[in-house]
Amino acid sequence: MNALLDGVAWLGAFVLGIVEYIGELGMFAASGIAHVVLPPYYPRQLGRAFMEIGYFSLPVVALTALFTGMVLALQSYTGFSRFGAESAIASVVVLSVTRELGPVLAGLMVSGRAGAAMAAELGTMRVTDQIDALSTLATEPMKYLVAPRLLAGTLALPALVLLADIIGVLGGFLVATNKLGFSSGGYLTSTFNTLQTQDVVSGLIKAAVFGFVIALMGCFNGYRSRGGAQGVGAATTSAVVSASILILALDYVLTQVLFVK
Amino acid sequence: MSGPKIRIRGLKKHFGPKKVLDGVDLDVATGTGMVVIGGSGTGKSVLLKCILGLIPADGGSIEIDGVDVLKAPRHQARALREQIGMLFQNGALFDSLPVWENVAFGLLAQKKVSRARARDVAVEVLAQVGLGPDVAGLSPAELSGGMQKRVGLARAIAARPAIIFLDEPTTGLDPIMGAVIDELIVDCVKKLGSTSVAITHDMASAQRIADRAAMLYEGRITWTGPAGELMTCTDPVVEQFTHGRAHGPIKMALRR
Repeated sequence: MNALLDGVAWLGAFVLGIVEYIGELGMFAASGIAHVVLPPYYPRQLGRAFMEIGYFSLPVVALTALFTGMVLALQSYTGFSRFGAESAIASVVVLSVTRELGPVLAGLMVSGRAGAAMAAELGTMRVTDQIDALSTLATEPMKYLVAPRLLAGTLALPALVLLADIIGVLGGFLVATNKLGFSSGGYLTSTFNTLQTQDVVSGLIKAAVFGFVIALMGCFNGYRSRGGAQGVGAATTSAVVSASILILALDYVLTQVLFVK
Repeated sequence: MSGPKIRIRGLKKHFGPKKVLDGVDLDVATGTGMVVIGGSGTGKSVLLKCILGLIPADGGSIEIDGVDVLKAPRHQARALREQIGMLFQNGALFDSLPVWENVAFGLLAQKKVSRARARDVAVEVLAQVGLGPDVAGLSPAELSGGMQKRVGLARAIAARPAIIFLDEPTTGLDPIMGAVIDELIVDCVKKLGSTSVAITHDMASAQRIADRAAMLYEGRITWTGPAGELMTCTDPVVEQFTHGRAHGPIKMALRR
């Protein structure tokens, strides 16, 4: 009987813990958005966040997109040649990259790079009293630390994804024309005939949502970290894992909303 | 002003079932230095954080210049707290900013000066704490512990605050550097005419930087008196604490 009660108590505590976490996250997000909108603004912090999230993530996102496009072209050729549908490769590559792989893979890579860095930086600031110090210097930490990162994440990831789309299609083009015997003109014509504005725009909408989620989870986990180096490490891990899971889950939801009629 | 600069009444704060502050009453007169002493984990830092608004109090009142900061509208509480400078125990310098920007951070945040002027002010304030202009461009990570404390003090006084809080100002420093920091604190506070509140375990430091002392024990202020009388005080709790005796009314939990 006691074991049963212990189990119920554990389950109750577990559920309450999840509800509390979601509630805290929601309040943190709402506060962060309010600070994005309301003055004062910190343009230097915003510029720094853009550099961290956007510029410094460019190499890893570009390489990921390039090799993804190349592999996609190769794999599509292997499969489609069984049915004599090799001509569809350009369409498959461009739609896969713009609608799906560009935003998701860029999101996962930026989460691992910039999201982890955000959590580690804010976590270290928390455990070394730097966030408290901001408060004592007439500066709202949410406005100074969190709001610029949320805005930069939301705006920088679409820019990264736009570049990833181009580089990913380029990767497929290089493999198709140099290895699989496609003509340059034919491949590009097929690509542009297939591609519609909505494909790119929907990918960019996904990227904006993923960018916000990456910054939110990085800031949230770093901001509430406790307990020294171990706490900062746990916050960093939690930021990357939670952002990655949310990206994959939201990708399904957004695909349902944006593409399924 | 006739009343005290800071007046605390019945301040309460608990974490779960543990009552850390259980009705703290404390007055700090304008232009004087108060030091709060007490064992580790007795709530000295919590008391400071409640006054600074870094953690919410559960009850009581904290008046600064007669205004209860716990009940004041947000903008008024913020304005009152803009009068406050704080020296953190570990410095808490912003490691992403150079020394001069750390020192001038409050001035820039309150938009009191331009960036160009802020750097000049920072160099002036660094000189007050015995640091040359060559330090201004360094990163906090390039400084020794003593220099970090000085930069932390410079940051605390840069905006010429009416109240300065000092959290363990000499912790982690050798005795000579500790004495140097204490002299700087006294000098800076006197020049500004500020009110100061310090918490420390260092009895020599407590007597150097404060006019009055208060003993925090079991969540309450159990004794107040002149800081110069700390070592001769006959109150059994204070006497045991200041002389570091293992036996007495203060029971420390030992884990074997």
